[in-house]
Amino acid sequence: MRRETVIKVLLFLLFAVLCFLILVPFYAVTIASFKPGEDLIRYGLNLKFDLSVMNFDNFAYLFTGDHSYFMWFFNSLLLTVVQVALTLIVSATVAYGFAAYDFVGKNLLFVCVLLIMMVPFEILLLPLYTLTYNIGLMNSYSAIVLPGIASAATIFFFRQYLRGVPKEIIAAGRVDGASEYGIYMRLILPVMKPSFAAMAILNGMNSWNNFLWPFMVLSDANKYTLPIGLKTLLTPYGNNYDLLIVGSFFSIIPIFILFIAFQKYFIDGMTAGAVKG
Amino acid sequence: MIKKFLYSQKVAPYVFVLPFILVFLVFWVYPLGSSLGMSFQKIQLGQEASWIGLDNYEKLAGDGVFLKAVTNSAIYMVLTLLILIPFPMLFAVLINSKLMWGREFFKSSFFFPALTSVVVAGTIFRLMFGEMEGSLINSILGWFGIDPVKFLKGQVTGFIALLALATWRWTGVNMLYFLSGLKNIPDEYYEAASIDGASSFQKFTKITMPLLKPTTIYVLTISIYAGLAMFIESMMLWNGNNSPKNIGLTIVGYLYRQGIEKNNLGYAAAVGIVLLAITMIINLTQLKLSGMFKKED
Repeated sequence: MRRETVIKVLLFLLFAVLCFLILVPFYAVTIASFKPGEDLIRYGLNLKFDLSVMNFDNFAYLFTGDHSYFMWFFNSLLLTVVQVALTLIVSATVAYGFAAYDFVGKNLLFVCVLLIMMVPFEILLLPLYTLTYNIGLMNSYSAIVLPGIASAATIFFFRQYLRGVPKEIIAAGRVDGASEYGIYMRLILPVMKPSFAAMAILNGMNSWNNFLWPFMVLSDANKYTLPIGLKTLLTPYGNNYDLLIVGSFFSIIPIFILFIAFQKYFIDGMTAGAVKG
Repeated sequence: MIKKFLYSQKVAPYVFVLPFILVFLVFWVYPLGSSLGMSFQKIQLGQEASWIGLDNYEKLAGDGVFLKAVTNSAIYMVLTLLILIPFPMLFAVLINSKLMWGREFFKSSFFFPALTSVVVAGTIFRLMFGEMEGSLINSILGWFGIDPVKFLKGQVTGFIALLALATWRWTGVNMLYFLSGLKNIPDEYYEAASIDGASSFQKFTKITMPLLKPTTIYVLTISIYAGLAMFIESMMLWNGNNSPKNIGLTIVGYLYRQGIEKNNLGYAAAVGIVLLAITMIINLTQLKLSGMFKKED
């Protein structure tokens, strides 16, 4: 009994220390968002809780200042919502095709889905870049949304989920005279609802944080997303640090709130690939 | 007539998977093919291309900067594997133990860093590893009487910053992967082992590790891929694609430099094909060695 208590305390201490290390950067950025950017340039990012230099100026500037932060924020929000909605609908439809039917070429096509998950997207950057240039989609959100619209990981997850849905639903639909598409829209989609939450969150997080591809495609400052906008603030002169730090801090908040509210779905979505059904 | 055709049970599945076929052809097959084609060409955006055979690959073989980029990516990949597989696995087993207090709290807080974008996380780490005496890491070193270090100017110290960033962001996610793997191991195995008098260490090596193998292989596969394709982390830490003496240059960074910054699309495409080849060879070998292909049949 005594030995168990000792182990309990040691385990707890170990994780408390690790947890502390993990939270330190968050603490540092939170503190820094209350300090003048000049202070940051001079003394660096640190943990000093010094009330004499801390104030709400950065937050006031964030909400009332003359800058593009909230334009970036709403661009990101818009892009994320559109991207998630389209990706989920298209991927679910494809997944249903794979799960509900046997057809010639099905296995080959599904191998292609798995293949996509194994090829680093970065390799496609240049040819996608030239393709986008040639078809005149540079600087448009379509160029960002379209390549990911049939997301392999999402198709894979939905297909696994649909395997657990009884085939009798489909058979019953056919008996009732519903068309193939009617069965999908009216009978299957409602059953799939729970699986949408995890995938909405996974895709939403990826989209909200997506950087490299949008960075390459978007050149018009009015279309910048939040990560691109924040990146433009990181200059060697440090003249934008007031906004950079408070902006970085504020960009984490919406995801944190969503995470606290829908924790289970975050974890389901993130670990979806690792669990084989 | 057309409606009847589209609504038949034979045709409907193709209608359902059509979006995937289109995306696959337009955004994967075509770019991959054109990438391969471009790698045999001298080509610039908006200009006529000319075929030059294997010249790009020959030039790559003798390109010292490319070699540096490959070395950096390979070292980064290996080091992330050494850190981000054993430790998350150990943490998952510990946090899963019945003796753990505050499990849910720790699970969530370990996951927090994964919620941040690379841009935000990179900015924070760039500033934490700043060269001033007062910046976070240097001020901690100061407590031990160590002089301030210019982290991002040196090869080893620069890599420490890169690895710190990767460890911070991914430990929690990998731990969750292992936790979801642990859920699939029935408690009876451990109970039976206890009856047979097995120690905790024996249970870990004889039950937990072998049964976590599918999860480990999954984490290994995505980590190899992510390690070799790393770019934005380096771009954020060094605030651009130019680190002193290329200490932070990666394969994708070089692809980006040649293709986007210098408009040598053909040469950059060759870099991409080499990256694809390296990734595929390592991952297929790894999957073959671990017997994944046999199991699938």
